[in-house]
Amino acid sequence: MGTKTNISAKTSCYHCGDRVLTPVYKVDDHEFCCLGCQSVYQILSANNMQQYYTYNTYPGKSLKDSTGEFAYLDEPAIADKLIDFKNERITIVTFYIPVIHCSACIWLLEHLYKLNPAVKTSRTDFMKKQVSITFEHDNLSFRELVELLANIGYGPKITLQDVVKEGQKVNQKGLIAKIAVAGFCFGNSMMLSFPEYFGMGAFEVKYAHFFGYLNLAFGIPVMFYSGVDYFKSAWYSLRQRQLNLDVPLALGILVLFIRTAWEVLSHTGPGFADTLCGLVFFLLVGRWVQQRTYYHISFERDYRSYFPVAVTLMKDDAEHATPIGDLQVGDRMLIRSNEIVPADAILLNGHAAIDFSFVTGESEPVEKVLGEVVYAGGRQTAEAIELEVVKPVSQSYLTKLWNNDSFKEQDKQFKTFSNTISRYFTIVLLTIALSATTFWLINGDSGKAWGAFTAVLIIACPCALALSSPFTLSAAMSIFDRNKLYVKNASSVEQMAAIDTLVFDKTGTISSPLAEAMYFKGNISPAEQAMVVAVCRNSGHPLSRQIVRWLGNQPLPAVSEYVEYPGKGTQALVNGQTVRVGNAAFAGAHTAMKNGLGSSVYVSIDGVIKGCFHLEQPWREGLSDLISCFKKRYDLHLISGDNDRVKESLRLVFPQKSTLLFNQSPGDKLEFINGLQQKGHSVCMLGDGLNDAGALKQADMGIAVSDDINNFSPGCNAILDGSAFGKLPRFFRFAKDAVRVIHMSFVISLTYNIVGLSFAVQGTMSPLFAAILMPLSTVTIIGFTSIATHLFAAKRGLNKKEQV
Amino acid sequence: MNVIFFLIGCSVLIALVFLGAFFWANKTGQHEDTYTPSVRILFDDEVVTDEQDKPQ
Repeated sequence: MGTKTNISAKTSCYHCGDRVLTPVYKVDDHEFCCLGCQSVYQILSANNMQQYYTYNTYPGKSLKDSTGEFAYLDEPAIADKLIDFKNERITIVTFYIPVIHCSACIWLLEHLYKLNPAVKTSRTDFMKKQVSITFEHDNLSFRELVELLANIGYGPKITLQDVVKEGQKVNQKGLIAKIAVAGFCFGNSMMLSFPEYFGMGAFEVKYAHFFGYLNLAFGIPVMFYSGVDYFKSAWYSLRQRQLNLDVPLALGILVLFIRTAWEVLSHTGPGFADTLCGLVFFLLVGRWVQQRTYYHISFERDYRSYFPVAVTLMKDDAEHATPIGDLQVGDRMLIRSNEIVPADAILLNGHAAIDFSFVTGESEPVEKVLGEVVYAGGRQTAEAIELEVVKPVSQSYLTKLWNNDSFKEQDKQFKTFSNTISRYFTIVLLTIALSATTFWLINGDSGKAWGAFTAVLIIACPCALALSSPFTLSAAMSIFDRNKLYVKNASSVEQMAAIDTLVFDKTGTISSPLAEAMYFKGNISPAEQAMVVAVCRNSGHPLSRQIVRWLGNQPLPAVSEYVEYPGKGTQALVNGQTVRVGNAAFAGAHTAMKNGLGSSVYVSIDGVIKGCFHLEQPWREGLSDLISCFKKRYDLHLISGDNDRVKESLRLVFPQKSTLLFNQSPGDKLEFINGLQQKGHSVCMLGDGLNDAGALKQADMGIAVSDDINNFSPGCNAILDGSAFGKLPRFFRFAKDAVRVIHMSFVISLTYNIVGLSFAVQGTMSPLFAAILMPLSTVTIIGFTSIATHLFAAKRGLNKKEQV
Repeated sequence: MNVIFFLIGCSVLIALVFLGAFFWANKTGQHEDTYTPSVRILFDDEVVTDEQDKPQ
């Protein structure tokens, strides 16, 4: 069959902008793609809120995939975990709503009180995609509020992991306060130091003392409040018998303060208070730059954010919503269509067709018969089923993965460049300081010996070195961010540069789950096509919708006696003929027609098989280019939980020496990565599903590939948007460039140190010299790293803002 | 020239006021969401009821 050309005028849904396939949903001269979009419009127009549509064209998001079962929110035990605050009259709750994407969303969510007067205030945080709602719980229950949001297309994402409120922001706030204090003291002490630098007459000496005392006063909060983390970290590191970069930094700060205090109190000099404040200020800014966080992305997700919050249990012939943590062996659960099975269970009743693609990597739903064990994590695609729990949630086949040792280590310790260098740095620094002191002591000049010792420690304080990594890596992170690779933290960028082996998952990683490729096998006339569309149009099944979209707009015959058999197919009477659309058994076809990967939908008219629609998951764009880019420098492997029917076609893409493994369990994947690491490789895992979670965690660098970064993705070092998949080789090259920039800036900062040291060992360093050299080297490093990183990004073609 | 002690005292006091203001802003969460208020300020006021039939 040839491709169809669609002549009909393109109409877009007034609400969400999707193509309108069937012109049945029409209100007030606006056309809608589906009933969901239309009903949102009707709710809004009934409440005089059409203004929503003026802030953005097509502000809505398609409602086709929403599931609306919120009965469990009536359980106080569950609701209490989700709300922030409750008194006798009002409740405050914060929801995470991933679909927030434009100003119209903010407008609508902040005008919820127009839809329901029980909502008192609602406030949106656009960057975090959160809404904080205050409502009167006597007039509007928690469940009704969530349903209200879901009805207007802003269903909140409620998961168990959001229940566990994460308090990562506290730390950041403390750091900002410390920077503020250090900056305040830096500015003031610099102002008070200028008279000394410009030279003061002998009659002005009382001012000099006054300025000195003030400077010391500014130095105290910097030393004991702003800089305290450096002492803690240095102390911790010494106790571990290691020398991290904070050791020479803390030493420098301490010596600066002691010498300043001594000079000021003994009236022997002006001290170094401005250098001290400036040093701490710049160091803290560097630390703040490094702690860049993504509000809307979580890198620490585990199965809890994928699983539902509650499940419906059957007890005494009644349905109860129960938190999944309370599930016990022997409980009977009811899993409706499109819900996730939260624990390993035995099928008791109903027809199970479970989609395990996210859990095992199998691309097709698995049929289960009564009495079979259904593993946790699968999504039921057919009718509602009843199951009996055989293992509690935390002990199930899938979630056991999180009990593995690799999940217990808090953070994989990667030896960053600055960590490696700081050991030698500290030793060399102390050697120079002690030699200079000894030299002057031997020459009998104890004043100079003390001067030289402190000056060496002050001038060689590796401020520029400590700043080169954060500024380079955070610049690199923002370049990655612009290209839709979201890296968890700065050291992950360095880790990325050290990778020599790449391991890919198949389903969802190198194949795109947004299936587009569809073709028809068999013979079907245009009139019969119209009949198929007429039947499929009535069904909400994703495959039916794909068929309608593919065959497009056409005049449709009338349909009667429409019946949908969940998990099997649909049947209807069109023009007096029985049309059946569904799986092979349902349509009466031999399964022999089936080939390749992907789903198939069979069509029969009056019992005669007309053929079948194939829906393929195509490989992601640029896969073969990507592999050929990588194969020169990296070892490549593929490890999939799916069966090996596409092995041949993948063999052509991957180089000969790479391993292609199929039918791998989540544990096998983890072990495979571990095996590679034992051989001394530095491994990067690219995966998407829960089954890759272990491998992603075990690997030195785990990159989760996701087509919607707001959706669930397993814990990892970086999240890659599926559309940027083809850029991976450039990302890896750029990570290496970033490390090169760090090395270069290290040479620069070392040059400054050597110049400074040559003065310091002679014991002739003046405060003015320190006050100029320290900021100068800092500014050089910040300038150099930012410019060099962006030049390298331009070289790799990553500098342009992507057009969305 | 003793006025210099007074002037420096004043300047440090004013700087402390600003530092306090920054702490207050930080504590009350004014730096947490720096984007949404910029959108919120552009929203029009409520549409008056008898104008609702006019095309928007």
